[in-house]
Amino acid sequence: MSKKIEVKNLVKIFGSKPKLALKRLKDGWSKDKILNTTGQTVGVNNASFSVDDGEFFVIMGLSGSGKSTLIRCLNLLNMPTSGEVIVDGEDIVKFDKKQLREFRQKKVAMVFQNFGLFTHRTLLGNVEYGLEIRNIDKDKRQQIALETLESVGLKGWEYKKPTELSGGMQQRVGLARALANDPDILLMDEPFSALDPLIRRDMQVELLEIQSKLKKTIVFITHDINEAFKLGDRVAVMKDGKIVQQGNPEDILNNPSDEYIEDFVKSIDRTKVIQAKNIMRKPNALVSMKDGVRVAIKEMQANDISSVFVVGEKMKLEGIVTIDDCVEAVKNKQSSLKDLLRHDYYKTSEDEYIEHLLENATKSRYPIVVVNDDNRLLGIIVRTSILSGLLPSNSDTETISF
Amino acid sequence: MNTFPDFFQFDPGIYVEALVRWLTINFQGFFDALTTIIKWVVFNTQDVLTFIPWFLFILLIFLLGWKLKSLKSGLGYAVMITLVGLIGLWDEMIFTLSIVITSVILSIIIGIPIGIYSAYNQRLEGLMKPLLDGMQTMPSFVYLIPAMIFFGLGTVPAVFATIVYSTPPCIRLTSLAIKRVPEEMREAAYAFGSSRWQALIKVELPQAMPTIMAGINQTTMLAMSMVVISSMIGAKGLGENVLIAINRTDIAMGFNSGISIVFLAIIIDRVTQMISQKYEHV
Ligand SMILES: Nc1ncnc2c1ncn2[C@@H]1O[C@H](COP(=O)(O)OP(=O)(O)OP(=O)(O)O)[C@@H](O)[C@H]1O
Ligand SMILES: [Mg+2]
Repeated sequence: MSKKIEVKNLVKIFGSKPKLALKRLKDGWSKDKILNTTGQTVGVNNASFSVDDGEFFVIMGLSGSGKSTLIRCLNLLNMPTSGEVIVDGEDIVKFDKKQLREFRQKKVAMVFQNFGLFTHRTLLGNVEYGLEIRNIDKDKRQQIALETLESVGLKGWEYKKPTELSGGMQQRVGLARALANDPDILLMDEPFSALDPLIRRDMQVELLEIQSKLKKTIVFITHDINEAFKLGDRVAVMKDGKIVQQGNPEDILNNPSDEYIEDFVKSIDRTKVIQAKNIMRKPNALVSMKDGVRVAIKEMQANDISSVFVVGEKMKLEGIVTIDDCVEAVKNKQSSLKDLLRHDYYKTSEDEYIEHLLENATKSRYPIVVVNDDNRLLGIIVRTSILSGLLPSNSDTETISF
Repeated sequence: MNTFPDFFQFDPGIYVEALVRWLTINFQGFFDALTTIIKWVVFNTQDVLTFIPWFLFILLIFLLGWKLKSLKSGLGYAVMITLVGLIGLWDEMIFTLSIVITSVILSIIIGIPIGIYSAYNQRLEGLMKPLLDGMQTMPSFVYLIPAMIFFGLGTVPAVFATIVYSTPPCIRLTSLAIKRVPEEMREAAYAFGSSRWQALIKVELPQAMPTIMAGINQTTMLAMSMVVISSMIGAKGLGENVLIAINRTDIAMGFNSGISIVFLAIIIDRVTQMISQKYEHV
């Protein structure tokens, strides 16, 4: 995949003497020391990362860690004190005014925490703003704005003012306004933080849908670790202006690079992050439809289990048979598995979060079976693997109750 | 013992006087140009206002009140303006109105750009603040003196003094309004690639409009009060009648012109207020 955004050694210092602070920073002074001695605030300290085309990149960190400052350097709402921000091979920091305007008009759009909607305009007027700035003619931009509003579920609200809407709906407008421009990159600074949890979940799902449809490159900020791990293809963690770790959610979860991230990770509800594919395993035993009852019994005995999944051609899942049924069948001189198949097991896809599996895992007599869209068996999940998946890998002594 | 010593005195007035004289001599061309502009606006406004027949004028006032507020207000304003006519001060009223309108138009043309600019420019703002405070607290007839020196007697100095007295709220509230535009909204405008001009026209000014309109309303009311005072330097209109009434201690005439001024002021105030309410969009 090609790199869409590449940030190299980015520093942003707020204050009247950025040069001095920059020098101190290079000498290795801490953010606090620089603030106390020079009065300069280090917003971002030597951050480097890159985002691939079509990737969902999440930046998280505590309040004041420099997340907003960093994301605002990506469209130059904040001018970096030093470093490079390379988008599609061009260093945007070197852009002149006209190039910058064009870059903002076409390549990148921002969604704001408190929506930043224009209250004097209707929803339509808000959504067509970016197009209006580009002097696209009225009919065309209205048509695009109407379509975009419809795509975020706001059909019929076009002529309302933003203040007449609930928070969730307002942020949909914010999203529509950003999408109407058809930018390659979406910058989202805590877009869902102002929403209540239920609405928030809907918006997350919707954003993922939009992402999978439109393949935008998204840089998304949150201080909610659950949100970060749910949405992000990759996650970067910031502290005191520095990026202290980056990687995919699993990596970060399993190998927190320092105490700070460990604390962060502890706060996470692992059931919401770990997916079926992370804990499923290859079944020890499997029988094919062609095999007879006796083979099935032998398999189960060999592996010391009381039931076994039956697959057809190309691993297509057919059902499950139990040892008791098989023994009974042998007594009745039946040899085909077909009549013995049971279907009261629980089936799931590999992307399911274990949050949703817990209940069924404890209720069902059989392991949970993981299949793909074609009903092919990918793996099974036994109860113990769910439980062990919940244990933080670095603190085995802790027990988790639920 | 208790008086301030005579030998220790300072007379700032003479320096201001020197400055004013220096200005009149060296900026004659400028003042002439100003005179031309002011005259042009006043007389054209007056022409338009006198071109409208009186009954149509009353009807217009009625419609304005009705459309902007209610039938009752419309009727009320129409009755008031009719009363002014019945008293016999119609022409004076029209003249006063044209000076007010002229002053307000010029105040807006001067005040809004300065207000916008000072919202962006800390230094200008710092300079403007004491100046504006001074302009507003200075007794209003003090402005009559330089106005007279620059422009002589008549309508033009009256408009000039009125503008000086009534522009500050327009500047102040415009600046305040622009500064109060929510930062996130401004940033949104820039994030979509607006130029400064586009951000101003499409976002900042529309957002600021209600407050700017409140400023214009204040400016109008100050202009109204100043127009009466500026009759002292020869402006015609309702103020002149008040002045004559004072000189003659003519109670009846004083009341007639006074009540006409009140009626006119009420109508102007309500109408501008209602217009500014139309811009509310929170
Ligand atoms: N315009 C500014 N002028 C001066 N200092 C600033 C400015 N913007 C941010 N800062 C400082 O930079 C640091 C990083 O702030 P930033 O807003 O990027 O944090 P954040 O991670 O987004 O926090 P939050 O979660 O609260 O939004 C803070 O110390 C903040 O005080
Ligand atoms: Mg922030």
